Amino acid sequence: MKKKNNPWAIFWAVLAMLYFFVPMLGTFIFSLRMKRGVLSFLAYQSVLSDANFLRSFRYSATMGVVTVIVSVVLLLPSVYWIYIKAPKMKPVMEIISILPFVIPVIVLVFGLIRTFGRPPFQLTLSSFGTDVLIAAGYVIISMPYMYRAIDVGMRSMDVRTLTEAAQNLGSNWFQVLTLVILPNLRIAILSGALICFATVMGELILGDFLVRPALGSYMAGVGRSKAYEPAALAIISYGLTWLCLGLIQYFSRGRSQQQLTGR
Amino acid sequence: MIAGQNKRIHGKGQAGWKTWIGLLPFFLFITFFLVMPSLTLFSGAFQDAEGRFTLANFSFLENTFALKSYLTSIWVSLTTSLIGGIFGFFVAYATTSSRAPRWMSNILSTFSGLAANFGGVPLAFAFIATLGRTGFITALLKGVCFNGADGAAICPFNPYDHGFNLYSAAGLILAYTYFQFPLMVLTITPALEGLKKEWSEASANLGSNSAQYWRYVALPVLLPSLLGATILLFGNAFGAYATAQALTGGSIYLVTIMIGQQIRGDVLGNPNEGYALAFGMVIIMSLTIVLYILLQRKTARWLKL
Repeated sequence: MKKKNNPWAIFWAVLAMLYFFVPMLGTFIFSLRMKRGVLSFLAYQSVLSDANFLRSFRYSATMGVVTVIVSVVLLLPSVYWIYIKAPKMKPVMEIISILPFVIPVIVLVFGLIRTFGRPPFQLTLSSFGTDVLIAAGYVIISMPYMYRAIDVGMRSMDVRTLTEAAQNLGSNWFQVLTLVILPNLRIAILSGALICFATVMGELILGDFLVRPALGSYMAGVGRSKAYEPAALAIISYGLTWLCLGLIQYFSRGRSQQQLTGR
Repeated sequence: MIAGQNKRIHGKGQAGWKTWIGLLPFFLFITFFLVMPSLTLFSGAFQDAEGRFTLANFSFLENTFALKSYLTSIWVSLTTSLIGGIFGFFVAYATTSSRAPRWMSNILSTFSGLAANFGGVPLAFAFIATLGRTGFITALLKGVCFNGADGAAICPFNPYDHGFNLYSAAGLILAYTYFQFPLMVLTITPALEGLKKEWSEASANLGSNSAQYWRYVALPVLLPSLLGATILLFGNAFGAYATAQALTGGSIYLVTIMIGQQIRGDVLGNPNEGYALAFGMVIIMSLTIVLYILLQRKTARWLKL
């Protein structure tokens, strides 16, 4: 029996599409109006040729990659350990993994500054120390996503059998982890990594309060002083989020969909 | 050999420190960068300037400035979670069970994933470019003429002359809704898809109409998920900082904005009061998450049926 489309459903669907597209379209057209009277990509040229943009983009992208690497190195062995050796610790791990949702980023940065801004654990003296602190903050913020990605990935494979097989063939723990588990988890880790990366690229608070040239602080600065460039930045940032999510969807075709939330 | 290997893997007897050792790096990291910063704030919240125990810092609740920031935050979060929740529910309703055309549902589910993750500074920029003083829609509306109450044509129509202001709580709610309702769509869709066809057929066989089905069957079943999702939206808005900061330049006093200013320059005139402010936020967020998890568990029970 083919159901007829419900008029109310269409009403809500159209309303939602308007809410999605009007700000996007409005922003895009606005971003083209920098040159009076004609539509041009001048605002984009202005942004892309700004040395500060390139510097902050590079900084945030580097931080994104560092965050991904640290997250994987930290979480993969831990989750694996829980599956193999300490299943009883799973509930503890789950609770820890949602703690970053309970502690808003502004509170986290407050705590980080007050803890590591003074002896005995002072990290804010050098820019490298501050970067370590920021990277740690990013790892904490994106931990729920990375944890969930790895956990879901491990649930869908037989960790135990794979480990036993590899051990019977003479592998040590490190080899099991890097040559057997990691390759099997590559899709899960890739989606977790993209979410981590997107989070870092869009993050304002850590870079702003710890005074490092992150993309978020650069954007906020542009927003205070310019008119058309912010619109161009919003479109670029939209595109970046789009790209990350699109890649996740592409790589995890046919698997359960990832969802990232929270800011 | 195999038995020995199994023992190495399962190793039931080796409780205690050996189960912990593999998690040590992770726990150390968490202790350093999550637990210690939190404890610094929490202990500070209960100390006076000389480090003695006190509850006086919580007198910020009597400080109208700080109290007002809490009330504004709660009000904005509540409003956006209700608007986003209701709107998102209807959108999710439209996209399930092929009620709306397939292509619309596809676009909506794709864009929900995107918009739920689109926040922060760029979102504020998008709304300023669209509905700000010189924004695209504002400019369009300025070019439109319409008849005022006295019959005279008002032209151009500037929404900013008629009480609209994007750089205010109303504008903030408008902007937050952009990521709130898609998040609702993402969280509530599994529950809506879990509604069994048999239930609506059974209630139809018993003679009830569609309204009665929703009133007595579907909504009661969905209630925990609806509540849980709305609470999640509340927490999502309550912790947000960047959009508000970029949209209003910090002129709207949310708790997060207040804490931001406290970090920069002790606007409260007492560092420990700032810790108390942050502590209060964590308490509210914890309540939110615990409620959400409890309701989610309830949902999971019948989704498995």
